[in-house]
Formats: sequence, structure tokens, C-alpha cells
Amino acid sequence: MTVEELEQIAESVRLENAKYDHEIHVCMDLACASQGADKLRDELVKAAEAAGKNVLVRRTGCMGPCSSGPLVRVDPEETLYAHVKAKHAEAIVASLGSLPVPELQCDLSSHFDKQVRVVLENAGHIDPEKIDEYIACEGYKALMTALIEMTPAGVIHRITESRLRGRGGGGYPTGLKWSTVAKASGDQKYIVCNGDEGDPGAFMDRSVMEGDPHRVIEGMAIAAYGVGANKGFIYVRAEYPVAVARLTMAIREARRRGLLGSNIGGTTFNFDVEIRLGAGAFVCGEETALLASIEGRRGTPKPRPPYPAVSGLWGKPTLINNVETYANIAPIIRNGGKWFADMGSERSKGTKVFALTGKITNTGLVEVPMGIKLREIIEEIGGGVPDGHTFKAVQTGGPSGGCIPAEMLDVGVSYDALMAMGSIMGSGGMIVMDDTSCMVNVARFFIEFCMTESCGKCIPCRAGTAQMYTLLSKICDGTASMDDLELLEDLCSTVKEASLCGLGQTAPNPVLSTLKYFRNEYIEHIAHKRCPAGVCTMKPQEVLA
Amino acid sequence: MFRAMSPIQEGIVPAFTPPPLPSDDKRWKIVNGTMRKNGFARHALIETLHTVQSSFGYLDDDAIRFVARSLRVPLSQAYGVVTFYHYFSLKPPGKHTVTVCAGTACYIKGADALIAAAEKRLGIAQGQTTKDGNISLMTARCVGACSRAPVVLCDGEVAGEASVEQVLEQLERWTVE
Repeated sequence: MTVEELEQIAESVRLENAKYDHEIHVCMDLACASQGADKLRDELVKAAEAAGKNVLVRRTGCMGPCSSGPLVRVDPEETLYAHVKAKHAEAIVASLGSLPVPELQCDLSSHFDKQVRVVLENAGHIDPEKIDEYIACEGYKALMTALIEMTPAGVIHRITESRLRGRGGGGYPTGLKWSTVAKASGDQKYIVCNGDEGDPGAFMDRSVMEGDPHRVIEGMAIAAYGVGANKGFIYVRAEYPVAVARLTMAIREARRRGLLGSNIGGTTFNFDVEIRLGAGAFVCGEETALLASIEGRRGTPKPRPPYPAVSGLWGKPTLINNVETYANIAPIIRNGGKWFADMGSERSKGTKVFALTGKITNTGLVEVPMGIKLREIIEEIGGGVPDGHTFKAVQTGGPSGGCIPAEMLDVGVSYDALMAMGSIMGSGGMIVMDDTSCMVNVARFFIEFCMTESCGKCIPCRAGTAQMYTLLSKICDGTASMDDLELLEDLCSTVKEASLCGLGQTAPNPVLSTLKYFRNEYIEHIAHKRCPAGVCTMKPQEVLA
Repeated sequence: MFRAMSPIQEGIVPAFTPPPLPSDDKRWKIVNGTMRKNGFARHALIETLHTVQSSFGYLDDDAIRFVARSLRVPLSQAYGVVTFYHYFSLKPPGKHTVTVCAGTACYIKGADALIAAAEKRLGIAQGQTTKDGNISLMTARCVGACSRAPVVLCDGEVAGEASVEQVLEQLERWTVE
């Protein structure tokens, strides 16, 4: 594969697409597929044939506003249809070339206006199972540019210049991580993609892997060139069968096109990727646990240092980045580090994808520039809290994050700002809660999660989370005393300070942040045996003799 | 004192022959295929267990023993891996499986009520199978369909915005089958 061949493929796809008068894009991501998008696509194809129209019906990845699904977009008019059922296929096809179908058309401009699409630029536009469509959207151009025009040091310099930080949640500067691996000695190095999206309530990485799998592979290949690796692993949750299938297919197609394998782009660079399945362990999102799992062992973390960048997979220097981090690489190489660094806030650059869910009108996937206010995401993009309820808190960072109350909504989203509020950026789950959610119960939910997901290696996490769960349960059923609350706070700091890995160190965050902002709810449960949200069932009080 | 050295101590490693397949069930060939593809390397343990589970539905003692011997992994380590990861099951699944997603978004939207209703209707706790082996009730740690919470999977089919009535109806349909 050469640059010219890549351009030829892109050109042929463009010519092929130009043959059609209209393109109908059908979102086939999980949310839309579960509402019959499959059948809808078949009906659209049938209807187009029956009407004799010159139309291309294309399956795409997630378009974003999942709550309006199944979604259909007609190009070049860019008409978006919401809640489309198979029975609407004929009407949509009949409307082509004239006015759109009014009862299906939806206006989501307030949802899209403030979004900036970098990672999701192709989602909803290309067929994820066709490598040529990715190539037509400048796919693999960045890899070719890197291999032919840039040195490995130049690649790392550009990533450093972009000031991209790890999108898995930690926010470690990506360029710095890459240069550490590049400097590490050893002739065998590995690239690992962390696709173990264990945060319950987040599905950004699933959508990227399913909707634009080649973007991840291209990012990994560029990283491999930069740090001098020739072998990569994508670690994906087994709970994401479609992502596994799409990635498997993408790897096969990339090999067939000579974009993976030996002498890529006619250079001396060799790189290949293998998929490794997770098996349902949240702790495997921690990098040393993830490596243990790839090696076929129990996913228990190891103390760091040595960091995987120096001694990782089978003791070799290993670069581990999250799916979204790799998805940012190709655009940075194509457009330059400065282009990326111009987006976002002072210390957090670029964009971030969030999975907006919970009690919010427009649930789905959004990509916003860093620094945007939480209020803009929730009220404008998300459309606010539905059914006349009032907003209470937004939870970011999953079980490692915290709950942010209404009075903090005017803070701009960045790694540091979220940390200062007692939460974390996390991988991008954003769950909105209204007045029907009890914050003590929410804290108990997360601690129960951490308790069952604790690997058991270190005692503060294994025993501490279990004790915290017991205390929170007591508060929830109205049998706790103020001493229990004090004990709970004490345990939070012990677990936070003394745990071995990120799971334990961040497990108290949901408790600490709810204690900080919603302490009165805890007090209500303990002192007045009353749950303000009406969620918890109090145990009947013992009558004192 | 002189002691005879075993061939391994002398550095002569005897050629490894994988154990014979446990039975002539064709599914063992699929399992063996996964191990062969990975050159019977130890790191293929989880991959192989995935193949066993997808072929047989669960992992029984025979399967774990066979995989451990074939990959030269201590049985304790293989068993440790099986019990460490939630995805692996030591019990055969029911004829039908209803999985309620217990991720955060589903929890906020009331997955608890769905689990409680199903438990009450089936008379079993989550993670169990009815006595007649007909229905298994499972919970999942997020299936990634959060925007349509609460989510229930009926035999793998995703149903979003699920209600207690819908879940009970589905269980009824399976029971009368």
C-alpha cells in the first residue's frame, strides 16, 4: 500500500458515492438496533428498489442522540429523522427529492450546536465494516504521513505538542508516556489498547470501537511507529460482542490492504494487532491488572514502579492507552499538534466524548470541547431534566468519581476542575440524577460495586469497601448512629490512602463527594430516620421500654 | 552425595504432547483449535476458557482440567482464573436467560425493581436458575446500552426502557412454553 494507492481507493469510493442522488444513513448502534434498526434498513432498501430511486442505504455507527432513535439521516439534505420505524420506510423514500417527512423530522440543533467532533467525526457517516469508506474519509492517511514523512521522534513531538492527555480518566500526558516507552531499552515493545470499558454507565469506547474501528487501529499503528513496537493487543470486554466482531473484521481488512503486517507503506515498519477478550472484571481497567489478564492470569494489580512503560507485558516496555486516546491520534498527525492544542481549556486540550445518561431528555453520546460548562452539557445539549423534576446531581467518573451538585454546574469541564470538585474526569460517563434519587443510596450502590469488584489483593480495599458498604446499608435502613458516620469518614481516608491501585484509592470518592455536598441527606437518614427522596425503606424503630 | 539428575534438570525438555480430547464431542475440537492457534501457550488460558464457555455454555471440572493440562497451567491457577472473572460460569445456564443490567444508568432508572420482580416471580435469587432448568436470572455490569436504561436482555436480545410488566410477561411466555 502506497500513498497513491490510498488516494486511488478514496477516489473510487467518492466516485461510487457520487453515482447516487441520495444517501440514507441508518444508525445501527446498540440503542437504535434494539429498536428495530435492522428491519428498518431492509425496508428502506426494498422501498428504494420498488420506487426505482437511485439511493444508497448505509449502515452507520452511533449518531449521538440515542433517545431519539432509531435515527435516520438523509444526505445531501442532512435531514435527520427520529423514532423511525420500518413502516416509515416508504414515506422516507417517497420524500427524497422533495420536502422531508414532517412527522418524523426532528430538530436537534440545540443538541448538536455546541458539540465539536474529532473522535466521532466519522461516526454516523461511514459503514464501520468497510475499510474503503474509512480511507475515503482520510483514513490511514495519518499513518502514511507518519511513516513516510516523519521520524518516530517527530511523531512523539507532535503528540507532545498537542498536549493530549490520557482519555481513560487519569489524564497522564500522552506524549510523555510515549517518549518514556520510546526511551526504554529493549528490542521488543508492545502497544496495548485498553478497551475494557468497565465503568457502568459509560459506552463511549464501545461506540468508537463499533462505529469507527479503523480509527483505533490507525492510532495504535502510529503509536507503534513512534515508540518502536511491532505488536499490539486490543483488550476488549467480552460483554461487547459487536465491538469484538467489528474489530476482528477491521484487523482482517487492514491486513488485506497491507496496512497491518510487514513493510507497511513500503517502509521497514512492521506492526500487527491481536484482540484479547476481557472476562468481566472492573479492576482490569487498571493497567497492571490488564496486563496480567492479557498474560492469561487473574487480573490483580502490581505495585508501580516499575511502570508498564518500562516493564509491562512479559516484562517488556509496554504502551497502554485508552480507546479514545488512540482515536485522537490520527487527526492530530493530520492537522498538527497546534490545531489540537487550540481547542479546550488551559490544561485540558481537545475534546472529550461523554455518555450522557440517567434523568435527562437527550440521552446519548456527545463530544464537546474541554472547558465547556457542565450546565451547557446538561441543559442545552442534554435538554435538561424531563418530567418536571429538578436536577440534583451529575455523576462523572463512574465508581471512581463523584457527584457534582447544581451549584457547581458553571464550572468548566477539565481534568483539574473535576478533581477539585471531588470527582474525576473518568472515561466519560455522565449520569444525571434528579430529586427522585437518594444520594446515600447512590453512594451505597457504588461502594457495593467496588466491594464486589475488589480483586482482594490488598486489605484496605478488600475489607475497607466491605465495611463501608455495611455502614452505608445501616444509614440507608435507618439503624445508624452519628458515630457510624464518623467511622465511615475515617474509613474513607484509610481506604483512599492505603489501597494498592486506583480502584481502592478512588473507591471512597462517591461517598466523600456526597458527604461533602449532600451531608444533610445523611443526617436526615441518621437523625430523623427519613429518606428525603423516598427511596430507602427504613427499618421499623425498636420501641424503647 | 551423588544424585541422578532428571532430564529436565539437565536442560533436556521432553517434547510436550497435549492430552487427548475428553470425548469425541466435536466441540472439544473447537476448544483444541483455539489452543493450537495460540501454540498451546500459557497466556491463551483466558482465550481458551472463553471458547469452552461459548461452546458448552459453562465450564465444568472436566473442561477446566483438560484446558489446564493442555496449556501446562497448574489446575489451581486455572480454577483461580475461572472464579476470578465474572464472565465465566461453573453452572450450566437455563434454557432461557433473562439478564437485567445493573449498571449505574439502569440503577438510576429503576433496575432494582426489575430484579426484585423477577426474583419474586421465579422464586430464585439473581445468579440462579429455576429448579426445572428453564430460566436463569442474571445481572450484568453494564451492557453499554445506557441511553435506553433500564435494559433487560432476554436470551441476548436487548430490550430498552424495560418495565416490570414487560419482564413478567416475558417470563410468563417462557414458563408456559
